Amino acid sequence: MLVIKDLHAKINDKEILKGINLEVKAGEVHAIMGPNGSGKSTLASVLTGRELVEVTQGAITFNGKDLLEMAPEIRAREGIFLSFQYPVEIPGVSMVNFMKAAVNEHRKYRGLEPLTASDFLKLMRERKELVEIDSALTNRSVNEGFSGGEKKKNEIFQMAMLEPKLAILDETDSGLDIDALRVVANGVNKLKRPDNAVIVITHYQRLLDYIVPDYVHILYNGRIVKSAGKELALELEEKGYDWIKNGENA
Amino acid sequence: MVEEQDKILEEVTGSEYKYGFVTNIETETIPKGLNEDVIRMIWEKKGEPDWMLEFRLKAYRHWQTMEMPQWAHLQIPEIDYQDIIYYAAPRQKASPASLDEIDPEIKATFDKLGIPLDEQKVLSGVAVDAVMDSTSVKTTFRETLAEQGIIFCSMSEAIREHPDLVRKYLASVVPVTDNYFAALNSAVFSDGSFCYIPKGVRCPMELSTYFRINASNTGQFERTLIVADDDSYVSYLEGCTAPMRDENQLHAAVVEIVALENAEVKYSTVQNWYPGDKDGKGGIYNFVTKRGICQGKNSKISWTQVETGSAITWKYPSCILLGDNSYGEFYSVAVTNNRQQADTGTKMIHIGKNTRSRIVSKGISAGFSNNSYRGLVKVLKGAENARNFSQCDSLLLGDKCGAHTFPYLEVDNPTAIVEHEATTSKIGEDQIFYCNQRGLSTEDAVGLIINGYAKEVLNKLPMEFAVEAQKLLQISLEGSVG
Ligand SMILES: Nc1ncnc2c1ncn2[C@@H]1O[C@H](COP(=O)(O)OP(=O)(O)OP(=O)(O)O)[C@@H](O)[C@H]1O
Ligand SMILES: [Mg+2]
Repeated sequence: MLVIKDLHAKINDKEILKGINLEVKAGEVHAIMGPNGSGKSTLASVLTGRELVEVTQGAITFNGKDLLEMAPEIRAREGIFLSFQYPVEIPGVSMVNFMKAAVNEHRKYRGLEPLTASDFLKLMRERKELVEIDSALTNRSVNEGFSGGEKKKNEIFQMAMLEPKLAILDETDSGLDIDALRVVANGVNKLKRPDNAVIVITHYQRLLDYIVPDYVHILYNGRIVKSAGKELALELEEKGYDWIKNGENA
Repeated sequence: MVEEQDKILEEVTGSEYKYGFVTNIETETIPKGLNEDVIRMIWEKKGEPDWMLEFRLKAYRHWQTMEMPQWAHLQIPEIDYQDIIYYAAPRQKASPASLDEIDPEIKATFDKLGIPLDEQKVLSGVAVDAVMDSTSVKTTFRETLAEQGIIFCSMSEAIREHPDLVRKYLASVVPVTDNYFAALNSAVFSDGSFCYIPKGVRCPMELSTYFRINASNTGQFERTLIVADDDSYVSYLEGCTAPMRDENQLHAAVVEIVALENAEVKYSTVQNWYPGDKDGKGGIYNFVTKRGICQGKNSKISWTQVETGSAITWKYPSCILLGDNSYGEFYSVAVTNNRQQADTGTKMIHIGKNTRSRIVSKGISAGFSNNSYRGLVKVLKGAENARNFSQCDSLLLGDKCGAHTFPYLEVDNPTAIVEHEATTSKIGEDQIFYCNQRGLSTEDAVGLIINGYAKEVLNKLPMEFAVEAQKLLQISLEGSVG
């Protein structure tokens, strides 16, 4: 589904990603871990097409298509979804209007008619239940005045609405209380299908207790320095990053 | 980041103005220029009574002693008042009795503008007075309204048919000597709408006037007068467009509203005069005086405006809160793009006791435009317990445009409470990206974000207009963010 080859990228002339190789197949869950500032969110930005980040070398294909050629909205319509580490507020824009516009753009891209108002509201209701999000939130403006945890929940709600092929969850667990963490993780699991994939960016094992990864990668200083199965996350939890860092330097 | 900004600005192209076509009809015009003979000519053409000639000449003579105001934050090129045609009318019967008497070209024009003159086709619940250049071409639903005693007709007709009402109220809110453009308007105005709602009547439909400039080299000077008698209610809409022309055209209107005891008037405008091209060539100079008086106790006047057009806008819809417990509102969205300039706001004059006012102004600037809010809240000595709340927000797209806020406060009563809040923000690249990531194009994202920003004002518009206004906001900023 996703193939990243020798990806280098810079922000304001500073090289952040220094040769990333990664392949994600349909049905897989990949976790990306790594110390602060190592480039995890930057990788998410590259995948979603944020202009701030300039790709200087390498290639990315998504379902066989050249991802780097696509505008951000096209990538989204092709099925890439990012649950933002810091979701922004859009004052005055109701969640309903926002989601309706988004869902219908996705449908249009696939050659489908826009949903009728009642079908749309039905879909909203269904997906709200799936991620157990409060109606009070979806009746408000996009993220406006939401608490940190509510924003994260709202990201997963949007994921449920858009049913992406590849979901990238950038620290979706941070800011969530214990119950919310479980709800959000359950939501993600319910959306899991053999034909879609998830990349989970996280610092903690607790999320991976629920969303069990097939692979865990450690991103350090712009490179994936170690990849293994789910046990790697446990090892990190125990030992921290020093052994990785030292290993790099050695 | 810098590159991003540059790209945004490069793409400021301003989309095609949709209403820029010209209607090919025979137009009767008088020679260019302004003097007392021209005023007599207009008066004669309109077949007005003698008192109107006096009214016009008095205004003209006063205007000659005045100078164009310079205080606005605007750069207004010299206007040659002798180079303007003051009267242009489509050649047709003055007040067509039936639709068949209207030139099909004119009908087609208004159809194209989405304002069908055929009552069968009209949005139910909206009566329209359609004004092209200097005259009203058709007022719909007059009979239906007349059944309830509501008068809704062109100003020319009102002067002929309802002289007592007109004489009583015309220039009672905006005196002919009020300001430079009001004096000019009083001297040469050619048409507009008149509306009278009798005591105790709730007007059953929205009344609206649609102004269309068609002829070239002409100015449009229309005059609107709305009188709401005791315990009445009316909601009034105003829309306007003009062809795309390289020359600037002057539009200097006066709108007066009188609200008597317990009366309520809602006045909504969607102003979409041709704004000029992206280099600032052509466009309408929109110099308008709009003022309402809450004359009776418990009366209410509410101004809502969506200003997207015009090369230059100079406009301050105001409320004189004379009656005790009266209430004035001003809700505004003003968009400027490319080289447009707007200096707009309101005046709330608190005279009666317990008078209240609320001001919500949302400015949006893009391109190289300049957008100013100018507002005065004045509380006179006797205005016990007067209350005002003002919220003035500015949103910037790009860094070559300007937003300015000039709030003036004059409070002469210690019991008054006056609050003012102001914010300036930029449309965030991160907000746009967030929308992109959900599958929305940048254009749609900007549309969504500014409509969200302007929501409080848009919500004030009648339904039929709100949808139009939302689209218009998006269109006027098309291409302003890349
Ligand atoms: N807008 C920016 N301008 C300048 N530098 C940036 C910008 N965004 C990210 N960086 C830098 O890029 C590097 C990688 O940041 P990134 O956000 O990808 O890290 P991360 O791995 O997601 O960290 P965290 O675990 O703290 O979220 C950091 O050094 C950061 O300071
Ligand atoms: Mg991060």
